[in-house]
Amino acid sequence: MKDAFGLPQSLLVLGGTSEIALATTRRLIARRTRTVWLAGRPSPALDRAAEELRGLGAEVRTVAFDALEPEAHEAALGKVFAEGDIDMVLLAFGVLGDQARDERDPVSAVRVAQTNYTGAVSAGLVSARALQAQGHGSLVVLSSVAGERARRANFIYGSSKAGLDAFAQGLGDALHGTGVHVMVVRPGFVRSKMTAGLPEAPLATTPEEVAAAVELGLRRRSETVWVPGALRVVMSALRHAPRAVFRRLPV
Amino acid sequence: MFVGVRRNKGDTVTDMPADTVAVTGWGRTAPTAAQLIRPRSYEEAAAAVRECGTRGGIPRGLGRAYGDAAQNAGGAVLDMTALDRVHAIDVTEGTVLCDAGVSLHRLMELLLPLGWFVPVTPGTRYVTVGGAIGADIHGKNHHVSGSFARHVRSFELLTADGSVRTVTPGTDLFDATAGGMGLTGVVLTAAVRLQPVETSLMSVDTERAADLDDLMARLTATDHRYRYSVAWIDLLARGAATGRAVLTRGDHAPLDALSARARRAPLAFRTPRLPAAPAVFPEGLLSRRTVGLFNELWFRRAPRARTGELQRMSTFFHPLDGVPHWNRVYGRGGFVQYQFVVGHGREETLRRIVRRISERRCPSFLAVLKRFGEADPGWLSFPVPGWTLALDIPAGLPGLPAFLDELDDEVAAAGGRVYLAKDSRLRPELLSAMYPRLADFRTLRARLDPRGVFTSDLSRRLAL
Repeated sequence: MKDAFGLPQSLLVLGGTSEIALATTRRLIARRTRTVWLAGRPSPALDRAAEELRGLGAEVRTVAFDALEPEAHEAALGKVFAEGDIDMVLLAFGVLGDQARDERDPVSAVRVAQTNYTGAVSAGLVSARALQAQGHGSLVVLSSVAGERARRANFIYGSSKAGLDAFAQGLGDALHGTGVHVMVVRPGFVRSKMTAGLPEAPLATTPEEVAAAVELGLRRRSETVWVPGALRVVMSALRHAPRAVFRRLPV
Repeated sequence: MFVGVRRNKGDTVTDMPADTVAVTGWGRTAPTAAQLIRPRSYEEAAAAVRECGTRGGIPRGLGRAYGDAAQNAGGAVLDMTALDRVHAIDVTEGTVLCDAGVSLHRLMELLLPLGWFVPVTPGTRYVTVGGAIGADIHGKNHHVSGSFARHVRSFELLTADGSVRTVTPGTDLFDATAGGMGLTGVVLTAAVRLQPVETSLMSVDTERAADLDDLMARLTATDHRYRYSVAWIDLLARGAATGRAVLTRGDHAPLDALSARARRAPLAFRTPRLPAAPAVFPEGLLSRRTVGLFNELWFRRAPRARTGELQRMSTFFHPLDGVPHWNRVYGRGGFVQYQFVVGHGREETLRRIVRRISERRCPSFLAVLKRFGEADPGWLSFPVPGWTLALDIPAGLPGLPAFLDELDDEVAAAGGRVYLAKDSRLRPELLSAMYPRLADFRTLRARLDPRGVFTSDLSRRLAL
């Protein structure tokens, strides 16, 4: 069960090698989390992540999960929920893609959309149903500021996150009053291996800062969390900038 | 799929009212959804217990437990307040036989005109008799009278198999149920011994204590002279004033203490109420500054020493009941109440904790310090001889989770414990150190309720 501060005792991470997810998990293990499920494609990286978290004192298990195989989500995640209550699901999988290549290669662009959006729709619905049946839990969805308004530089990724973000908001409203809390987290540019080599955007942040914001959001039962918080204001202004202006902005 | 299931609401005359709703404790943290069932008879209660699904059920009274004791995510919550009949009052012996859903407020309304009072009352009248047994509540008279269950002659308990047992003091089932947080079964009725009174007024002595040591010295030296004793402590005071407090102690006023006019209706039960706190309260109104100011005014307003003041019972026992829904003042983030006890000889731990809270500047309204008497027989009953401190803290206070964890460590290291009826955040690892009879409790539950019918969010969180 979550405690009064929204801190979970058991955690299911979808996208078990995500740096943001692992930073969040480490932080939650330092609080109340004792049981962790890492869901992801079987890989040495996933096993390493599990081993590292075990070293922090949690009981960690891995489960095979692929965002691109929505047909298998029900079975894979059903197995996890059958073992006991999950207090928090962290939906953290996602790919950035390569905008230039994806524009030339529609198939790889679709893969970005399928991973970030349709994969999340499937996993989100499966998780939501299980959480609703147990009458409690938080579904934390890692969205992105990129989904707030599509930019020339990464609109394929951005549009997939826009879809995910809208889906998660609607899901949160659908689950209102069911004891299940859906929290959309919108980080800005996060310094991680996913963004390695990319030019850094203003208000850049780190996985650890995102983790701290998630913990605070759980405590406040927030529905939307921006990291850093200043992005809420910045994006509010950018959202209303005229197209002709927005196009020219160096963002 | 995501539509709230509204089952059977008024379908037929025989169906119990049932509704899936989000439920929280008095602290308004950690809401979870459960099917709220309101049995109107013992048969309906038994049917509800038999028909509990895999996620079980838990009885709930008036929802005054601060944490998650009367919540059951995904399962059933049995709202017992419809079982509210008072069956018999023995005015010569001073006992009452009533349903578990009867509130102490109702009992006072009925009993005071007859010259009787409840044996133990907490800081609110709005608790049920069932809840009073389940949490084995204590009041300002603990040092004289012990906890509520000490005054229970017997109760009827609906257990997991759907049968009803009569339970009397001195049995394992009684001791597991007193303070057992509803996890042994549903109390249906109880026979409770009462306290005779001549009037409905209290004769109260008030004095100020300059600091914590002064306070503890006064409580130690003179508590035995009073039936009721409590100290309101200002945890925002710092330096030499750390732990300054106002002691209010007293007893039921005898008839001859009343004026001629008051003597015409000596047993009238008056409960003035202010308007309820608004449903939406601005966050951040309770800052260090505002709370500090309130505490300051409150301390200054109190007389340095005054004896024999006549107060209404509601003023003396239940000042917060005068503001319905006062828990809303903490905003939608809610609050936690932290209450612990450390034994005599562990005053140093108490001092250190008070100092730490005061140095941390928690915006905590008047906290309550009380000196407990003898321990009570309930296996999970909270009181042990020593010092108990209770304080409310807004749940959103930065750094609070880790800070309270540190206080838990201090309390556990001193052989103390936190109160389960207040708890919403304890680490499960500390529980068995705090409650040495926990293993017995678990064994009895495993035997009595092998399928785990009685389950709450509290029992899941702490693996009770």
